[in-house]
Amino acid sequence: MKKLVVLFFAIAILTACNNSNQSSEGAEKKVTITAAGATFPMPFYNMVFKNYTKSTGILLTYGGIGSGGGIRSLKDKIVDFGATDAFLSDEKNKNMPAEIVHIPTCLGAVVIAYNLPDVKGIKLTNDLLEGIFMGKITKWNDEKIKANNPDINLPDKGITVVHRSDGSGTTYIFSDFMSKVSDVWKTEVGKGKSLKWPCGIGAKGNPGVAGTIKQTPGTIGYIGSEYAFAQKIPVALLQNRAGNYIKPSVESISAAAKTDIPDDTRVILTNSADPEAYPISGFTWIILYKDQDYDGRSKNQAMETVKFLDWLISKDAQDVTKKVHYSPLPETTVKKAKQILRTVNYGGEKLL
Amino acid sequence: MNGEKITKVVLFVSSLLILFLAAGMVYTLLNGAIPAFNKFGWNFIFSSEWNPTEGKEEYGALSFITGTLLTSILALLLCIPMSFSASLFLGEYYKNTKIANILGSMVDLLAGIPSIVYGLWGFYVIKPLIVDLGFNEQGFGIFTSALILSIMIIPYATSLSSEIIKMVPNELKEAAYSLGATQQEVIFNVIVPSARSGIVASYILAFGRALGETMAVTMLIGNANIIPKGLFDTGNTMASVIANQFGEAEGLKLSSLIAIGLLLFLITGIVNSIGKLIINKLS
Repeated sequence: MKKLVVLFFAIAILTACNNSNQSSEGAEKKVTITAAGATFPMPFYNMVFKNYTKSTGILLTYGGIGSGGGIRSLKDKIVDFGATDAFLSDEKNKNMPAEIVHIPTCLGAVVIAYNLPDVKGIKLTNDLLEGIFMGKITKWNDEKIKANNPDINLPDKGITVVHRSDGSGTTYIFSDFMSKVSDVWKTEVGKGKSLKWPCGIGAKGNPGVAGTIKQTPGTIGYIGSEYAFAQKIPVALLQNRAGNYIKPSVESISAAAKTDIPDDTRVILTNSADPEAYPISGFTWIILYKDQDYDGRSKNQAMETVKFLDWLISKDAQDVTKKVHYSPLPETTVKKAKQILRTVNYGGEKLL
Repeated sequence: MNGEKITKVVLFVSSLLILFLAAGMVYTLLNGAIPAFNKFGWNFIFSSEWNPTEGKEEYGALSFITGTLLTSILALLLCIPMSFSASLFLGEYYKNTKIANILGSMVDLLAGIPSIVYGLWGFYVIKPLIVDLGFNEQGFGIFTSALILSIMIIPYATSLSSEIIKMVPNELKEAAYSLGATQQEVIFNVIVPSARSGIVASYILAFGRALGETMAVTMLIGNANIIPKGLFDTGNTMASVIANQFGEAEGLKLSSLIAIGLLLFLITGIVNSIGKLIINKLS
């Protein structure tokens, strides 16, 4: 026991020394950048982070712990930047210990994935979405679904809604869209990162929902587009504001951002007015402190963090988005993001 | 300092450490749970409303308490026939034979399998089976998770009770045989009565395990925050809701989750004390 205690303390002291070494000799040593947050853009981040490490030697780690976790980690100052799918409201911004900025990194979509053997390209109106996710339409061969899909042979099978059991930015985007298109949803369920679900079963994380849908015939649920594409789960065509049935694709998701967006980029792009736009699209953001001089961070650390983020919105990194089924930021948004990034400083000193 | 003293001090400090850890845990839980209990009072325990939507926040633990108790009790009921026969097999019929040794290590092996592996197996094997049998459409629910739980707690119930059964004095058994009792009569009139406190204790240990089990249950119960209407309905348990929602929780929700943790702690404590009471009464 005593030996164990001694050993424990020895390790604790050694690691503590190690840490202080890193911050004082940061200039010579390679910087390690830590980030955590949303699972929705994780496949994209994993890929570009790896590319960046390969070309610069700077080690980047990303923990997919959910948007809320990302915000909390930044609040606790245990990461260099957080990642979130839902931007921070003015009120939440005030709750942070210092001013933060939002940098959009790419566009993603929430798709309605389902599992019905041999049924592809089912078309759903907003009314049908409301009916299914409110638990009012309970059979796949319901007259209303049949009427909207006359060419498809729908089975006599119960509908099982699969939703997130944990809080999630994906849920936020989905429920924001639902609140925009359905008054019943708005009053009875509302929008948020976690909800009081009228029906269905819960699964943890985007991979959990995707796995449950893939494994269980008769299910329908919403997931980050990448997870549906990667696992080849069929997705529904949704009706956008112009009334067109749109399949989620790189182009249709990007089209959603062809609207006026505010300078701080804090906007939800659901139900976009563009006739080509997929209706449940949205930005995903990186959040970091505007003044990087906090908690004894070295200037080098701050510099490398900002440099990396500048690269993340450059063409080099944005081209990767398509490979993992996300959509690149439109030019106008990149411009705005660059401007925001240039306001990030180190105790007043410019970093870029 | 001599060896005697060192040993004594080390032992004393380590036991004290456990006491501090337990007290610290209770303190943290209590502290974190205060906002939730302040806001909802007793309603927190008796309400099944769980609404995390901003502006409409309201939390009650009843559906999770029901889910936890339902799955654990059902798991215990399903586990008793299996573990009771297994413990008699190991402790009496085939005592100290090769086959009993093999079976005994298999049972112990069950305890060593990580929870997530049980969950996976349940997800890919048991869940489709439940669908095929037509119990419900998607296979998730109270019964599916209870089934997995019952398998998970078999080793806890079996190991201890078979040891206790082994320890029943031979003199007692021989006396019964010499009076002309059959093996079956010996088992049910001599062995089980004299080992009953140990057998009950092992089931309570198993029940306690079932109460706190998280991963496997989360994968199979359906995570619907409602009071289940039947055995094949979906639901959620206390441990599972904490595991699911802790990551994103803040403010009142976080406090409510901690309060659920406290309640789970209390329920486990109560179950253990009832167990001790029964053991004291029986022995």
